[in-house]
Amino acid sequence: MTVTANTEDRPAGTAAVPAIGRLLSGFVATLPERGRALAHTTVPPLVALALLVGVWQFLCTLPGAALPPPTKVVADTWELIANPFFDHGGTDKGLFWHLAASLQRVAVGFALAAVGGVLLGVLIGQSSLAYRGLDPIFQVLRTVPPLAWLPISLAAFRNADPSAIFVIFITAVWPIILNTAVGIRQIPQDYRNVARVIRLSGPEYFFKIMLPATVPYMFTGLRIGIGLSWLAIIAAEMLIGGVGIGFFIWDAWNSSLMSEIILALVYVGVVGFILDRLIGLIAARVSGPRGRA
Amino acid sequence: MAYLSLENVGMEFKTSKARFTALQDVNLKIERGEFLSIIGHSGCGKSTVLNIVGGLLTCTSGGVLLDGQEVNDPGPDRAIVFQNHSLLPWLTVYDNVRLAVDKVFGRAKTKQERHDWTLHNLSLVHMDHAIRKFPEEISGGMKQRVGIARALAMEPKVLLMDEPFGALDALTRAHLQDSLMEIHTTLGNTVIMITHDVDEAVLLSDRIVMMTNGPAATIGEILSVPLPRPRRRLELTEDPTYTHCRGEVIRFLYERHRHADAA
Repeated sequence: MTVTANTEDRPAGTAAVPAIGRLLSGFVATLPERGRALAHTTVPPLVALALLVGVWQFLCTLPGAALPPPTKVVADTWELIANPFFDHGGTDKGLFWHLAASLQRVAVGFALAAVGGVLLGVLIGQSSLAYRGLDPIFQVLRTVPPLAWLPISLAAFRNADPSAIFVIFITAVWPIILNTAVGIRQIPQDYRNVARVIRLSGPEYFFKIMLPATVPYMFTGLRIGIGLSWLAIIAAEMLIGGVGIGFFIWDAWNSSLMSEIILALVYVGVVGFILDRLIGLIAARVSGPRGRA
Repeated sequence: MAYLSLENVGMEFKTSKARFTALQDVNLKIERGEFLSIIGHSGCGKSTVLNIVGGLLTCTSGGVLLDGQEVNDPGPDRAIVFQNHSLLPWLTVYDNVRLAVDKVFGRAKTKQERHDWTLHNLSLVHMDHAIRKFPEEISGGMKQRVGIARALAMEPKVLLMDEPFGALDALTRAHLQDSLMEIHTTLGNTVIMITHDVDEAVLLSDRIVMMTNGPAATIGEILSVPLPRPRRRLELTEDPTYTHCRGEVIRFLYERHRHADAA
């Protein structure tokens, strides 16, 4: 999905005026078309969202409902929505700061997982001995839930922040390792033969053949990894405290502020969605349609 | 001393239980500039012969000598044109050839010379119009042209072609055969081509090596094709020498070494 630049030549000087006119009229002519395309993609989700909120509103205004309806959520949390940047010291900060703290942890943990995961993936993808030795261990370890790692990492690091980062790392690293390894094992023999005939050295083979051939697989792993990281950080922060969206949710629960929890959940969902799309976008830019099918 | 010689080449594959002899006592001498085809039924080990000369496989007995040197690993002096073109999909047509040129002539030629050499070879195969295209954007025949350009660009001592036109439709195949003859006339390459197409073998080759069926396949017969070059497809259809050679190959393949599965 390469973005093709607008390469229409524009004549210089006065000749530009009719040209612009033509362009404009051309644009206007396509307006109904563009409008239809836009409506095609945006109307269904908006309708579905409206329905969902409507049902929620209806159910939660029934007598005896335990959760607040959307109108009450917005009314209760208007301060937080309108002013995400306040900072009263301690953990009393705007949602932006909580999200930023969580994202920072994810960034560090995920970056470590990406580097470590790709390297280990290359190792077990290239060497069948390493694969036979390590794969069973990886298969067992990857089923351990992220939070189960938290007590061990707290004991090892004796500090909340590195522990949270470790939990992110250990959560995200498995899909990255396994997908990278699969990608490398699937490099067609033909490409290896080409490399042998032209006598590529080890590093040349790595950068010119292995990496480009494996990129789509790597990004599949990275995309799964970033999703899992975001899942894990919320849970980990609930336990370790400090600034972070996970702790914010836990704090709100302890103060019985249901509306704040619901608001935070919306933010968590949106941020997770953006992270996923971001990796998807980078993957598309890096591999494009030229990636190996 | 022949330019390229295969001496008592044999190949055994070991499976967990048994040994399987694929090739046995293959002896072959090829002169510089000769165009040689190897033909035989599928599974007779003709690709194995090519891969041994290419160095992708190491024979278990005997040896291969090219220009006085023993062959024991792959290298650009024995460039291979693979059946399925094997272009790297993330590189453009130009970059696919350039990668090989840079690797083979990285020291011997300047950057400008390497650029010119890449373009020169792409124009030899009539692909200079599509150098910025990616492999997925061009047809199968064009991909194979680029594969040939990449191999030619390495200036190989012997050009190895593994059923290069096998996956193409008849018309495209004819075009590529004509291009290949033209290139062979201009450059005088030594070529070994694997094929299962009788007409292709007779049209292109100086000699045709016919292989017996495996296991323990070996050379059954070698036929010289005494047709003068340049050869023209249309004129040859009526030519008695052509018809005779064609008949010889067909007789070998279908009478004397009929494939068990084909019966």
